Amino acid sequence: MSKTQVNFILNGQPVEVLVEPRELLIHVLREQLLQTGSHIGCETSHCGACTVDFNGESVKSCTLFAVQAQDAKVITVEGLVSNGELHPLQQAFMDEHGLQCGYCTPGMLMRSYRLLQENPDPTEAEIRQGISGNLCRCTGYQNIIKSIQKAAAVINESGHDEAKSA
Amino acid sequence: MIPPSFQYHAPGSVDDAVALLSQYGDEAKLLAGGHSLLPMMKLRFAEPEHLVDINNIESLKGIREENGEIVIGAMTTESALISSALLQEKCPLLPEAAGLIGDPQVRNRGTIGGDIAHGDPANDHPALMMALDAIFTLVGPNGSRQVAANDFYLGTFYTALEADEILTEIRFSPQSPNTGASYHKLKRKTGDFATAAAAAVIEMSGDTCQRARITLTNLGPTALRVKDAEAVLVGQVITDDLIDQAAQKAMDICDPVQDLRGDVEYKTHMAGEMTRRAIKTAIERAKG
Repeated sequence: MSKTQVNFILNGQPVEVLVEPRELLIHVLREQLLQTGSHIGCETSHCGACTVDFNGESVKSCTLFAVQAQDAKVITVEGLVSNGELHPLQQAFMDEHGLQCGYCTPGMLMRSYRLLQENPDPTEAEIRQGISGNLCRCTGYQNIIKSIQKAAAVINESGHDEAKSA
Repeated sequence: MIPPSFQYHAPGSVDDAVALLSQYGDEAKLLAGGHSLLPMMKLRFAEPEHLVDINNIESLKGIREENGEIVIGAMTTESALISSALLQEKCPLLPEAAGLIGDPQVRNRGTIGGDIAHGDPANDHPALMMALDAIFTLVGPNGSRQVAANDFYLGTFYTALEADEILTEIRFSPQSPNTGASYHKLKRKTGDFATAAAAAVIEMSGDTCQRARITLTNLGPTALRVKDAEAVLVGQVITDDLIDQAAQKAMDICDPVQDLRGDVEYKTHMAGEMTRRAIKTAIERAKG
């Protein structure tokens, strides 16, 4: 099967890949572009571990073909760090124990990143609704919610809201 | 979970997409949001030779009011339905129901047209469209035609849409005054299909029901319209007893498939309860 060239912006940098049309975005991100932060959990669009930011929306990159990313702006968890400094969400997940095994964390971070862009001061119910497409089997979600609330407070105080690579 | 190989096409217009469908016939499949198709391709339940991605066709997106009708482009996402001020004002049923589909990420990709045209009886929009008396515009090589939602579903994964046609638009009337609508969906968890769900659109004049539409999701080979339940209500002063009778009529036509969500008896019972709740909520809203 012939390959197709796809160009898009990944974490602020233009990238070019050659893919078979059937290749999923998550596979290309991890295996060709070596951005292994985004995880493959279920590969059936249930768990949210592969969540990335795609043209300003959260999507599950296991349910998108890489060819569909032509001209897109994609942010993965690798794009949250700027100048070696953790994004307030990442810091808050550390401080509030928002993870245990960490497998769901990149997806949780990317989903909460977009959630706070859309709704900078969410209620607990809005956070629960907002991350309802991301499964965590360790924390029981309590500390994830605390982490997102803390990050929202930090961001709202400091005005730090965009990933540098966005 | 690697989908089978296919040739990828990303036409920029409906005409180009129809031309590709005409050229490749049964070997081609349209790619809308992909949240039903990709899982099927991963499981090799679907193995299209040609995938026609219609995400780049801007004319298929958006929600507008035209000549007193609501018009929704087939590639409008569930998220766009939820955030539409026009729909919240003129057809709050749709944003409410769209919020019960999938999860936030899925709703960012999943489209109303894909949900309608897939023909899966578990999808939510078919019953909603039937309750709204929606009209679908289908465009093929010989032009466009209109098919009513209530005539569109012929069987499981079998609709009036021909292999070389595209569903482009959905039209329906805005909610009239003294009308209330509601969708009650029982599901086990976020992202799941309905164990049982019911839509009700009811117009009241005081305590008397003037008009009713009652439809069901995932309780038969297609979404079901329960005309017998509507007939129980129309022209009557609504009482709890009448609502129970309508719910019984809904249960009478249920033909669900037993699966992990429940057995036939349980699903049928829940269909009655969802119908009861949908009717009650719709009437409360109609009375405002």
